[in-house]
Amino acid sequence: MTLIIDGPPPSGDPGPQGPDTTDPSTEPWTARTNWIVRVLAGVSLASVAATVWLGLWVTPPDKVQGNLVRLVYIHPPIAWVALYLAFGIAAGSSVLWLWPRTRRVAWDRLAASSMEVGTVFTGLTLVTGAIWGRPTWGVWWAWDARLTSTALLLVLQLGYLALRRIPGDPDARARRCAVGAVIAAVDVPIVHFSVNWWRTLHQGATVLNANLSPTIHGAMAWTLLLGFVSLTLAFAWMLVVRYRIQVLSDRLEGADLETALAERWSEGEQ
Amino acid sequence: MWRDAVLVAGKDLRIELRSRVVLNQVAPFAIVVLALFAFALGPNRAPMLQAAAGLFWVAVLFAAVLAVQRSFALEANDGTRDGLRLSGLDPAGIFLGKAAAISVQLIVLEILLAGGVVLFYGAHIRSYGAVLVACAAGTAGLAAVGTLYGALAAGVRVRETLLPFLLLPVVAPVLLAGTRAWQVALGTGPGGDSADPWLRLMLVFAAVYLAVGVLIFGPLQEAA
Repeated sequence: MTLIIDGPPPSGDPGPQGPDTTDPSTEPWTARTNWIVRVLAGVSLASVAATVWLGLWVTPPDKVQGNLVRLVYIHPPIAWVALYLAFGIAAGSSVLWLWPRTRRVAWDRLAASSMEVGTVFTGLTLVTGAIWGRPTWGVWWAWDARLTSTALLLVLQLGYLALRRIPGDPDARARRCAVGAVIAAVDVPIVHFSVNWWRTLHQGATVLNANLSPTIHGAMAWTLLLGFVSLTLAFAWMLVVRYRIQVLSDRLEGADLETALAERWSEGEQ
Repeated sequence: MWRDAVLVAGKDLRIELRSRVVLNQVAPFAIVVLALFAFALGPNRAPMLQAAAGLFWVAVLFAAVLAVQRSFALEANDGTRDGLRLSGLDPAGIFLGKAAAISVQLIVLEILLAGGVVLFYGAHIRSYGAVLVACAAGTAGLAAVGTLYGALAAGVRVRETLLPFLLLPVVAPVLLAGTRAWQVALGTGPGGDSADPWLRLMLVFAAVYLAVGVLIFGPLQEAA
């Protein structure tokens, strides 16, 4: 029943996609790990709740923007998670998977999990930005440099998820996705610069971020800081949970070899 | 690596010379796209001329998707891909060869399209240097990314729909920079602009993706 992909690689170390045919119904983690994950969940939920409480009730409304300023407590933290943390983890672990010495199935799972959770955060970045832009600029969408490059990033991430969903051999999928992630990651700085020039060669500084001046009120600054911490924790928790789902679904695939085999044949060489 | 690249490029171009698929199907399609833009923008020359630079590059992008699809359709039948992998050719050479063949075809398409833009939209090229550098750098970048994604999508059932979705967002900088450079060259852009930063951006884009392709094409070929 051993597939070609399960054969040991020439170097002799355990293959990147060793047959993980453990019963899919068993828990992949020890009780201790589960306990840590539960603590992480509790802490991240509590800190998000604290951010909401501070952002909506404790901090004062802004002199110019009124209650709209409250979006500033979540929008930059969400964007930080989406644009830097999630994408960085996904790109980094894809490179680690491609590098033969560090090739572990864990890197592929981490890249997939991070990219998927990150896509949600990128979408939220655009949504919270639009909610702020509508009353402030009068439009839901403007071809601002940051908006444009964030939207392009979202499309790149969706492309990765599309690659991810192609059925077939898990090793080929990991390879395909890792290469796709690297191509997309290389594009991100180029997109960033080109869009910045595209917008700003004929226009002053970007309108966004004008309210993040250093003269920010004390309570506001603390709330913003807490926003960064809480959303990073929330991302970490979601990432861990998503990773667990990936492990379980890989097991399910491994356990259901008959189905996988049929799928491989129907995929075939065209 | 270079010898293998010449071999692969020669093979692809020879097939194209004999089958004439790009010349007989993709080139007319590109001209049709130009005509469709003209219909969409109305019979007045002014908006067409204003948009001419961008329309040229959008047409090039569409043509590039088709050229890449054609280039990897060549490898899809008769176990050609396995043959190529068994041939012992350097993967970097295969990558450069396929990219070079796509580039040559794209250059021919771009000459046709530039003629169409001048003829149909009444554009007047003022700076041939900027036009030529933009086309050369843009073509190399498009061909490099196209070859990577073409190989990535090859052997996948959904490749026809997957390729444009993956390729077009990544080459968006080429569209932005190419359009700006052409606007300067055609004199239709906002005044006081220089084409140089855009040309540099396109050169960097092409260099980066050619380097990525040379490095990554080996592992990529094992995937399919």
